[in-house]
Amino acid sequence: MGKARSAGARGKALGAPAGARSGRARPNPNPFEVKVNRQKFQVLGRKTRHDVGMPGVSRARALQKRTQTLLKEYKERDKSNVFTDKRFGEYDSNLSPEEKMLKRFALEQQRQHEKKSIYNLNEDEELTHYGQSLADIEKHNDIVDSDSDAEDRGVLSAELTAAHFGGGGGLLPKKAQQQGQEAEKPKSRRELIEELIARSKQEKRERQAQREDALELTEKLDQDWKEIQTLLALRTAKPESGREQEKRRPDTYDIMVRELGFEMKAQPSNRLKTEEELAKEEQERLKRLEAERRRRMLGKEDGVPRRPEHTSADDLSDGFVLDKDDRRTLSYKDGRMHVEDEPRPEASDDESGDGGGEGSSAGGSEESDGPDSHSDLGSDAGSDAGHERPAEEQRLTPVKRSSTGGQDVQEAARAELPYTFAAPESYKELKSLLSGKPVEEQLLVVERIQKCNHPSLAVGNKAKLEKLFGFLLEYVGDLATKDPPDLGVIDKLVVQLYNLCQMFPESASYSMKFVLRDAMHEMEGMVETTGRAAFPGLDVLVYLKVAGLLFPTSDFWHPVVTPALLCLSQLLTKCPVLSLPDVVKGLFVCCLFLDYVSLSQRFIPELLNFLLGILYIAAPGRPGQGYSLVPPFRALGKNAGLLWVSDAEDVATWQRRSLSLRWAGSWKAQTRTEANHTRLSCLAVCLALVKRCVLLYGALPAFHDIVRPLKALLAQHLADCSRPLEIQELTRGVLTDMEKQPTRCRPLVCEKSKPVPLKLFTPRLVRVLEFGRKQGSSREEQERRRLIHKHKREFKGAVREIRRDNQFLARMQLAEIRERDAERKRKVKQLFNSLATQEGEWKALKRKKFQK
Amino acid sequence: MELEAGPEGARRALGRLVEAVLASRGEANAVFDILAVLQSEDQEEIQEAVHACSRLFGALLARGELFVGQLPSEEMVMAGSQGATRKYKVWMRHRYHSCCNRLGELLAYPSFQVKELALSTLMKLVQLEGAHPLEKPKWEGNYLFPRQLFKLVVEGLLSLEEDHSLLLSQFREYLEHDDIRYHTMQAASDTVARVTDGRPEVPLTFWNNAFTLLSSVSLPRQESDLSSFYIKHAGLSDKWKVVHLKEHRKAFQVMWLGFLKHQLPLRICKKVLVIMHDSILPHLAQPTLMIDFLTRAYDIGGAISLLALNGLFILIHKHNLEYPDFYRKLYSLLDPSVFHVKYRARFFHLADLFLSSSHLPAYLVAAFAKRLARLALTAPPEALLMVLPFICNLLRRHPACRVLVHRPRGPELDADPYDPEEEDPAQSRALESSLWELQALQQHYHPEVSKAASVINQALSVPEASIAPLLELTAFEIFERDLKKKGPESVPLEFIPAQGLLGRRDDLCAQHFTLS
Repeated sequence: MGKARSAGARGKALGAPAGARSGRARPNPNPFEVKVNRQKFQVLGRKTRHDVGMPGVSRARALQKRTQTLLKEYKERDKSNVFTDKRFGEYDSNLSPEEKMLKRFALEQQRQHEKKSIYNLNEDEELTHYGQSLADIEKHNDIVDSDSDAEDRGVLSAELTAAHFGGGGGLLPKKAQQQGQEAEKPKSRRELIEELIARSKQEKRERQAQREDALELTEKLDQDWKEIQTLLALRTAKPESGREQEKRRPDTYDIMVRELGFEMKAQPSNRLKTEEELAKEEQERLKRLEAERRRRMLGKEDGVPRRPEHTSADDLSDGFVLDKDDRRTLSYKDGRMHVEDEPRPEASDDESGDGGGEGSSAGGSEESDGPDSHSDLGSDAGSDAGHERPAEEQRLTPVKRSSTGGQDVQEAARAELPYTFAAPESYKELKSLLSGKPVEEQLLVVERIQKCNHPSLAVGNKAKLEKLFGFLLEYVGDLATKDPPDLGVIDKLVVQLYNLCQMFPESASYSMKFVLRDAMHEMEGMVETTGRAAFPGLDVLVYLKVAGLLFPTSDFWHPVVTPALLCLSQLLTKCPVLSLPDVVKGLFVCCLFLDYVSLSQRFIPELLNFLLGILYIAAPGRPGQGYSLVPPFRALGKNAGLLWVSDAEDVATWQRRSLSLRWAGSWKAQTRTEANHTRLSCLAVCLALVKRCVLLYGALPAFHDIVRPLKALLAQHLADCSRPLEIQELTRGVLTDMEKQPTRCRPLVCEKSKPVPLKLFTPRLVRVLEFGRKQGSSREEQERRRLIHKHKREFKGAVREIRRDNQFLARMQLAEIRERDAERKRKVKQLFNSLATQEGEWKALKRKKFQK
Repeated sequence: MELEAGPEGARRALGRLVEAVLASRGEANAVFDILAVLQSEDQEEIQEAVHACSRLFGALLARGELFVGQLPSEEMVMAGSQGATRKYKVWMRHRYHSCCNRLGELLAYPSFQVKELALSTLMKLVQLEGAHPLEKPKWEGNYLFPRQLFKLVVEGLLSLEEDHSLLLSQFREYLEHDDIRYHTMQAASDTVARVTDGRPEVPLTFWNNAFTLLSSVSLPRQESDLSSFYIKHAGLSDKWKVVHLKEHRKAFQVMWLGFLKHQLPLRICKKVLVIMHDSILPHLAQPTLMIDFLTRAYDIGGAISLLALNGLFILIHKHNLEYPDFYRKLYSLLDPSVFHVKYRARFFHLADLFLSSSHLPAYLVAAFAKRLARLALTAPPEALLMVLPFICNLLRRHPACRVLVHRPRGPELDADPYDPEEEDPAQSRALESSLWELQALQQHYHPEVSKAASVINQALSVPEASIAPLLELTAFEIFERDLKKKGPESVPLEFIPAQGLLGRRDDLCAQHFTLS
């Protein structure tokens, strides 16, 4: 204990100067204080933190700290009063007294200012003089000048000067005399100042009110001007018609006014693009789309899924359907939801008619059922509709290019058809809407259904139009199966289908797939039972054609087109040709097939087989050498000579014609001659297709092997001289084309593939975080261990600190006790001393007495 | 004997007659009345009569009131001086015969119900007669079976005029029984021999019937379960032929050989070949005897050859058959129609088997590969999806054939050295050629085919692609698969706006077709 104390005393003695010198470890420590912890071994990579220590210094620091904190607490343990010194910077040793004083002053100022600013109306800080803003005073002088209260100014300024500069009591009686009539009692300086302040504040408020008034007035003026402006614009017409003389003068004036009026309204807009620019843009768009198509054709899928940007320039979906005409129909529809199919009253009005009349008629019709605002809207829209109509026509022309002939008929139809149609909920509804109407009306109905139910108009419209696509498709199928097939309508409806498909590709592809699946299913059923299938009706062919029109046929893989291709292939392989309509259908399928692959130039074995079969049934003789037929054709059978024409007269009178798709649907009994002519036409088409194939596949490596059977059969054809000259020419042309194609027999070589590297055992790399037992566990486990370790260390440290604190306290208490004991001893000694002296004195006195 | 009108009345009348006959021998002449109804025109009456006969003769058989033993002629017995009982029995047995004959005739009756009823009645009588044999057993435990009666049934079934497939399917359930099966085989071979004997032209109907009957006979694989007899016997003897599977097999073989030695129509031939490997060959006592039929079928060509392959393969594989020029014939079987016939899957399965040996010479495999590639130029997509991996497998198995797809520093040729007309694979010079056909098929319109053909662009991977799941692939399946396949992005659209059904001016459809 004693030792510790002495050490502590020494430490304190040493530490005192250290504390004075900024409390940091000295750069040049006393070598007697340094204790070096010797290391037994040098370990590479180990960081040592405690190799050198200064126990004396640290102990002294700890002691000092305890004295400042623990000891203080100990000493004040039974005291409830606390003295806190709140003087600014009192215990900050870094501040010099001057700085301290400055800061205190600033603080005080700030405090004062804050108190004021609570009542300050202006947000920004202001410099004040006697509570008045200096800036205000300056302004005030200016305003006072303009507002002509000069008398006040003099007084005020006098007062002010008095207040400012009078200062002492000398001025006070004088002022009291001056204001004697107002107030008997002389006011104190304080009162005076308050009064001043109050007055200036009042003035300030007044000024503010004035300013607001002025602002209001200007606003009102603006509004008035606006009203007048419109009046000016309208009024000009009257004087013009009235007086001849004044006509010239107001003319230029009006022009000016109008120009100004219009200029103000004009909005900045994009520059109109020139023709070349438009063409260029279109070209670029097409180029981009073509590049995308090519990418899909090659089947090179890049990972980034792209959204299709197929919104063509003449797309109906952008804004076009949102024009005024439609909006009116909608409001009209909203107005009387349940009145169906009533022809619109103003539909028959001439479009350039006076706005007043139309407006009133529209208004009249609206007043009965809607609020005023609606009628306003309606009449506005009505007057606008006239202007919109021609534009609309113009925009529609690309769509209706094919039906320009029936324009006036269409106008008539437009007049008598209702303008709004609810989207059909079922196929029957659509059929009842469309059936029995001429082509133009049907088109118009479909168009109007689309417009009335544009997806941007209501939430459910998208689904309705998606359904409409399916219904239209079904309707097209129905039209095709009719007898005779209504191909003209289909021809027109295809455009509508295309537009709908552009709007809803997903649902359109789904409906298309559904239709194809139906057709295939039927055929599959037949194949399952009988091993073959009959050629399907015209509807399936039309569907396939429509699929080719709606979707890009050149894609390497396409959700609709690839199944459609398979469907075509099935038609060519599973359906035996039994009659002339079958031949027509088959040839149509071939055309479709070739159209599908016209861009991608893909190879179709079935097609060549089929053409071979067609050529065979048109061949004069029996099976020849060099080719063999492939099902569905047979070398022998009752259909073997289906296309063979032996009648010389028919051959002579034959003219080449296009085949009619109508024949594929229903074959009316024709005369023998007509049938023979059709046969020859089929043969001609077949030869043309062969020619096309030769051109298409000429570049294929095995081209000559592919066309060898065809070549053999065509040679057989050529040997027969009873054919029309045109066909003979065609045959010869095809054969020479085949011969012209060069034979390319370059041996095949595989692409060089990278050599596969030898398999090696790569070492397993484990990150070593710390050596020892902590190694090789998961990150969480390591973290947990680290925390446990840290906690342990902290805990130990805390225990040690507490122990030291207790030791320190005990030491202090001991010191106290000793001090108290020493004091007592001293006092006792003193008492004894005084008693002893007293005793001595008394004894001496007594001795003196005895001596006496 | 007047009969009341209507089936109800007929039944009652017949019932009374049967009761009378069974009650006393004196009323025996009523049998004639019953048999007369059996000849009736009315279908209902016939049915009633058949029921009545069944009941009557069933009871008589059970009672043993029919003559047992070699049946003497009726006149002789009637004239003779035997006892009245014997006379009655012989007479009744003759009536029984005529009844059975009439029932046999009824198997050809137009109405199916009558046919079915006649068949079931006859089979019932067979059962009863088997239980109460009308022959004297020659020794103790002699196996007796009403062969005559059963032959009548089988002959009725194998009609020359009428297709009896429905009736035969009814008969099939009797074939579950071992004894019936055995005797059917015997009776069938007899009947076939008798019908074809000395007749130049046998109608197709007969062949159809015969095939239906023959194909419905299926032998058990193991001997142990030869115990389900249609005719109940007190105890089975080991000496009986009918309990041995070996005898069954012999009968089976005799039956089929007897059937197949004739000039069969092609359709029947196909049918036989289809079931040959599965239901005929394994049950024959000596399968090698089928070689004549199979080689003859193999030489016919076309689909029949394809089908014969299967049987031949089993003979070659399991029974050491030496078949000269097998591969040459197989090679000649490959023609364009091979991808279109119904038996495509079976053929390619076998072809895969035949060509799976790694000891085949390279020229042969190359010839096959080249030929298949050539034929693939006319194949539909479902066949292509199968045959392209097939060719690649051939190349994988025989590294010497890889020159067909990989011939570095080869000279450029003027024409394909391969000769497609050559019959002999050895002379076809396939090894000098390359598979340009596959290169052409890389441009096929179907993406999967194109991908399959593009395999040859890289060096072939080592493991073979299994073609088993591709064998039965149909176009419809591919179609469904394509429909279900999900594209990663949204559906691409045509960007050139449609103008009409026939498309643009330069489209082929617009060139060659008009709407009017």
